Amino acid sequence: MKILHNPVETEKQEWKKERKRQKAKTALTVFSPLFLLLIWEFLSRSGLIDARFFPPPTAIAATFVDMLVSGELFGHIRISLFRIFVGFLLGAIPGIILGLFMGLYAPIRHFLSPLIMALMPIPTLALLPIILILFGIGETSKVVTIAGSVFFPVVINTAAGVVSIDSMYLDVAKNYGASRKDFFFKIALPGSLPFMLEGVQMGQAIALLTIVAAEMMGARSGIGYLIWTSYNAFLLKDMFVGLILISFFGYLFSLLLRALQRKLLPWR
Amino acid sequence: MNDKPKISIRELTKVFYKKQGSTTAIERISVDIAEGEFVCLVGPSGCGKTTLLRIIAGLEKQSAGRFDIQKSGADRPGQSMVFQEKGLLPWLTVEENVAFGLNMRHLPKSYVKEKTQYFLAKVGLEKFAKMYPKELSGGMKQRVSIARAFANDPEILLMDEPFGALDEQNRFILQEELLSIWSETKKTVLFITHSIDEALYLSDRVLLMSAQPGRIAADVRIDLPRPRKLEDIRSNPDMTAAFSKIWQHLQEEVQGSRE
Repeated sequence: MKILHNPVETEKQEWKKERKRQKAKTALTVFSPLFLLLIWEFLSRSGLIDARFFPPPTAIAATFVDMLVSGELFGHIRISLFRIFVGFLLGAIPGIILGLFMGLYAPIRHFLSPLIMALMPIPTLALLPIILILFGIGETSKVVTIAGSVFFPVVINTAAGVVSIDSMYLDVAKNYGASRKDFFFKIALPGSLPFMLEGVQMGQAIALLTIVAAEMMGARSGIGYLIWTSYNAFLLKDMFVGLILISFFGYLFSLLLRALQRKLLPWR
Repeated sequence: MNDKPKISIRELTKVFYKKQGSTTAIERISVDIAEGEFVCLVGPSGCGKTTLLRIIAGLEKQSAGRFDIQKSGADRPGQSMVFQEKGLLPWLTVEENVAFGLNMRHLPKSYVKEKTQYFLAKVGLEKFAKMYPKELSGGMKQRVSIARAFANDPEILLMDEPFGALDEQNRFILQEELLSIWSETKKTVLFITHSIDEALYLSDRVLLMSAQPGRIAADVRIDLPRPRKLEDIRSNPDMTAAFSKIWQHLQEEVQGSRE
């Protein structure tokens, strides 16, 4: 038997095969949602599932375009994004500050931990009646509901982030004479940032869940309101447009936060 | 020159107290270290050498006794430590890590920059100034640690097995580099190691510690002219004798702690 001796060619073939496999994997990721939509379209058009409850995706897309053109959609999107944004900041910023203090100062941590642990399991939505009584049915109550649900994952993760900083880094700071302020900004803040941003990512997802539910219960505008009223009026195509918007924004926000993470944590 | 010792340690004792009982990590350690001396602390693991260093570094408080570092200027830090691996702050670049001590003292920016550049060049890492520690090899990280400590210009340098995690080749190179920077600045150094070869190559004096409770068991002078070569130490009969003396002591300590 003759032994072929061409190592570069052999490796080149291997490399090409590996590339093909990678491309196939990427194709699968794109293919799966398309596949689902195609099946849905087929089942709906052929009457195998009830087209009144599950209108074909093409029909939903047409409704989406109509609502976009009429300008109806923009109003809902704008108000929902506004509520999410303000509520998110109102929950995340105090969460970060309090979390840092809890992580840094054991007495604060021991004092606040039981309170936070007790309040965390209560869904903010279950508190909506109380929030409505306290803040009325205006924008404030919606924003407060979101802030409440964003606050918890952020505060808990930030505190955990500070506590988890390697004691070696604390020794370095102490040995080189870091002041209290330097310790806060040069050690605690950057050291807890990875955990903190995970908390923010969770908060973002929860904010989206909360806004829909909050708008369903006590609002006259927004994507949640659109979903709820469309359902009540049996305009299921409109309802699906609302659902797809939520899915889209959820995806968009998590992409944005991932980008922010990469920007803020070049050292990871 | 004054003849007052640079570091004077008197009756230093550290006891760790727990519910199960107390252990004496170091007991009544008294020693003087002269200005510009390079001293290695050698001892079996768990003999309290790190505890001693951490007390002098201000990271731990002694239970009894005292130590003094002779100050030469009011605005100079007393000591800076070169930690074992992982001592760099991962969120700071190489440059920022070197500048860390200076920045913590809030010195003028231009001064910090100049010092940082100087010591980065000394350890040959100018090209890596903007990188983060995760991008560096173990040897490069320890170079940054050394640059950070020297840039801070402390009265004395403390080193806690800085080369312990490196492979042999890298360890030789870094030992040589350390000696070259040290011979320029003539800092007083207290260096922990468990390698006898390292101690013989680097130091003017080797302090041997006994295990549990840690005491200074022997004080060995290494009178070998500098600059030294590793080969010289291997072939020098005095050094061979010193090596076996230290080796025997360590063996006895390890045996003793087993019984």
